[in-house]
Order: sequence, then C-alpha cells, then structure tokens
Amino acid sequence: MRYFLLIFVLAIATVLGTAGYRGTLTRKSPLELFPDMKRQAKLRPQSETHNLFWEDNRGSRLPISGTVSRNSPYEDTPLNTGRITGTTNFVELNPLPVTRELLERGRERFQISCSPCHGAQGDGKGITTQYGMAGVVADLHDAKTKKIVQQPDGEIFNTISNGKNTMGAYAPNIAIEDRWAIVAYVRALQLSRLANVDEIPADKRAALKK
Amino acid sequence: MSDTFPKWTNKLPAKVMVGAILVGTALTGGFWYYFTPKYVRVGYQPIQPVAFSHAIHADQLGVDCRYCHNGVEKSWFSNIPAASTCMNCHAQVLATDPKLALVRESFKTGKPIPWVQIHKVPDYVFFNHSVHVNRGVSCVHCHGPVNKMDEIYHAKPLGMTFCLECHRDPGKNLRPLDKITDLDWSYSQDAVKAATMAKSAGEKYVHDMKVNASQNCSACHR
Repeated sequence: MRYFLLIFVLAIATVLGTAGYRGTLTRKSPLELFPDMKRQAKLRPQSETHNLFWEDNRGSRLPISGTVSRNSPYEDTPLNTGRITGTTNFVELNPLPVTRELLERGRERFQISCSPCHGAQGDGKGITTQYGMAGVVADLHDAKTKKIVQQPDGEIFNTISNGKNTMGAYAPNIAIEDRWAIVAYVRALQLSRLANVDEIPADKRAALKK
Repeated sequence: MSDTFPKWTNKLPAKVMVGAILVGTALTGGFWYYFTPKYVRVGYQPIQPVAFSHAIHADQLGVDCRYCHNGVEKSWFSNIPAASTCMNCHAQVLATDPKLALVRESFKTGKPIPWVQIHKVPDYVFFNHSVHVNRGVSCVHCHGPVNKMDEIYHAKPLGMTFCLECHRDPGKNLRPLDKITDLDWSYSQDAVKAATMAKSAGEKYVHDMKVNASQNCSACHR
C-alpha cells in the first residue's frame, strides 16, 4: 500500500508538473482529438485549403478578371460612382435622403474609419498625425481655401471610394450606403464651423457668448 | 494446517477499494480539469508572422475594432484585414520598418500573410458574428480584453458550455449597441451595481431586439 500511494502521488505530481494549469499562456497549438471533424475538408474564408485544387491554396478567391459578381455595384449610377450617369461630372448632392438616421450612421462610420487620421472633428488632427502623418492629412474644414467645403458631394464620395494623394481607397472597407452617410456627416461637420450667429436659435445665443 | 489465504489478504478488499476510489477520483478529476477547452484552448498564444499589437492600435491609439475587422457587422466571420487596410496608415507610419516587411510584400504582391488562427470553433459549429454584434454582444465577451493584449491569446474557452451559459440567459451579457467595440465599458465601476443594471437593461434588450438565443441543436449545428 505504501508503494501504491507513493506511485499515486508521484503520478499526480508528474501530470501537474508536465500539463500545468488552466489558462497558462502557451505557444503549443491546442490538442484536437478528432481533427477531421473539427477541420473538415471544406472551403473556409481566409483559410488555407490544402486540397491542391488551387495552386495558391487560398480559401477566399479573387474574382476572375472580366467577371462581375452578382452583388457588385457595377452600374453607372450616381449612387455607385458619385458621378452623373454617362459623364465624369460629380453629382452635386447626396443621392440618399439625408435623414437623422443617415447622419447618425455617418457619425458612427466616420469615427470608425475616418477619425484615426482626420480627427473626430474632421480638422485633420487625428491620432496618426502624431506618428508621422502630420502634414499629409487633409483638414476637412480647410479654413483657408474652403476647397473641400466647395467640393460636390460626389467628389467627396469619390475620394472616400478611391483615395486621393496619400489616402488609400476605402471602397473595399466601407459599404456604398455608409460612404454616402459619411459624406452627409462630413457636410454636417463642415456646417458646424460655417454657421453664423443669426443661424443659432435666439435662446441659445446667450449660452454661446459665455 | 496451512492457510489457503494468508492473513494479509484479510485487508486486501479494503485496500483495493481505497485504491480504486483514489485512482477513479484522480482520473475523473484529471479528465474534468484537462480535457475541456478551458485547459486545451485557453492561453493559446502562437507566434504570429507580424508582431501586431492590439494593445497599441486599439487601446493606445484608440482605433475602433471595425476599422480593420470591417466585415464583422455584415458577415458570419470577422475578417482579418487586407494588407491594403494596414497600408492606409503604414504607407506613411513606419513606412520602412523591417517588422512590417511582410505587410508591404503582401500589399505589393497579393501574397497572404500567414496569420495563425487562434479562435476556432469546430467546423460543425456555425457561429455568426454579425447576429451577435448587432444584438449587443461585445467582442470582449468571447475574445477577452483584446485591447490590452500585445500578443493575442485565447482568453475564453469557447466550448459549448460557454455558448450555452449565455444562450440560456442572454440578457445579462448584452450592452448598448454603440458600446460593442468599447471593450473597457461596463454599466458601473461597482460590480454588484453593474450586475443589477445589466440584468434590468438586458431584459429590455432581449424584448426590444427580439433576441432569440436558441438552445436548439440546429441553432449552431447544421
């Protein structure tokens, strides 16, 4: 019995010593008892396929050149391109009805995708300007020339979609409706710095002067 | 007369019993402790091809999760960003840093960066990110405090128990939709107060958003 107990305690100590405790950080990949069920022979997005069907083993496929996928916005409409159909001229106004919901959506999307560089107020003072982007980020209010303020809505949409100068294209990252929502919100941001005193309701003016 | 069974065998049944109980307890305990995702998966922290720090990007710089994982609200999977998303900033920031060589190469050639997947439910589980984040389940609930991790590790077990704990009573884990990616957010600093607030707010969310956290097998296994 003594030997049994000794071996028993040693066995437990060995298991604890080698296997350790829950939650310990480890580089080892997790044990999978039935890997063929956990990792079935099917395509998964952004995963390797290992089926030798495609040479590059990529689960997510790029579209074949010259093809248009079912949901892709290929039509030449102001909504899709920001341009007047059949021309290269930008549309003056947002093709979506500008509602409170659209502006709220635009604010949320602006804060996610635009504010890291352009800043939450659109003044071009986002966090990245402290890390080497100073001077290349546009101030959307552009106090001196009012260049962006004077751009048609379609041109801002085009800039978001395809990028401009050092800014990358955001068409792959932001849905079309959301890009127009951002355009609407950028207009609201710009207006906030262009208002004059007469436009402020009379009962709010006193608070402003303080 | 010689003994058929020597005297020491008198205690044998008791000893065998005690031994069997000890071994049985140890085996049961061992399986319980080691053979669940709480041990097998939690803590998994592989070395990634690019030393990307979520702590720097999400916490220090305050970049929203959805700047990079932009498909999470629309798609069943939360995408790893394309190299072009990285290059939106890193074309200027750390533009020549050797740590980002793979990202630049991927951007130029289209060759994928071989990120190592950490969070993985089995292929027979159909988890949908969009329905969860659009109904008030925060990233932090399943992925842990990603915004504090320099290197990502597997923080929550993500086993079936983990899923069911929430599906049986979803309300307490729901939060306002504009706080989904605010991983440090909570109803209150005081844990007890936060729990009561979460409970009452959760009931409202479950009702208003028609949260139907199904416990049917077919909800996840199809």
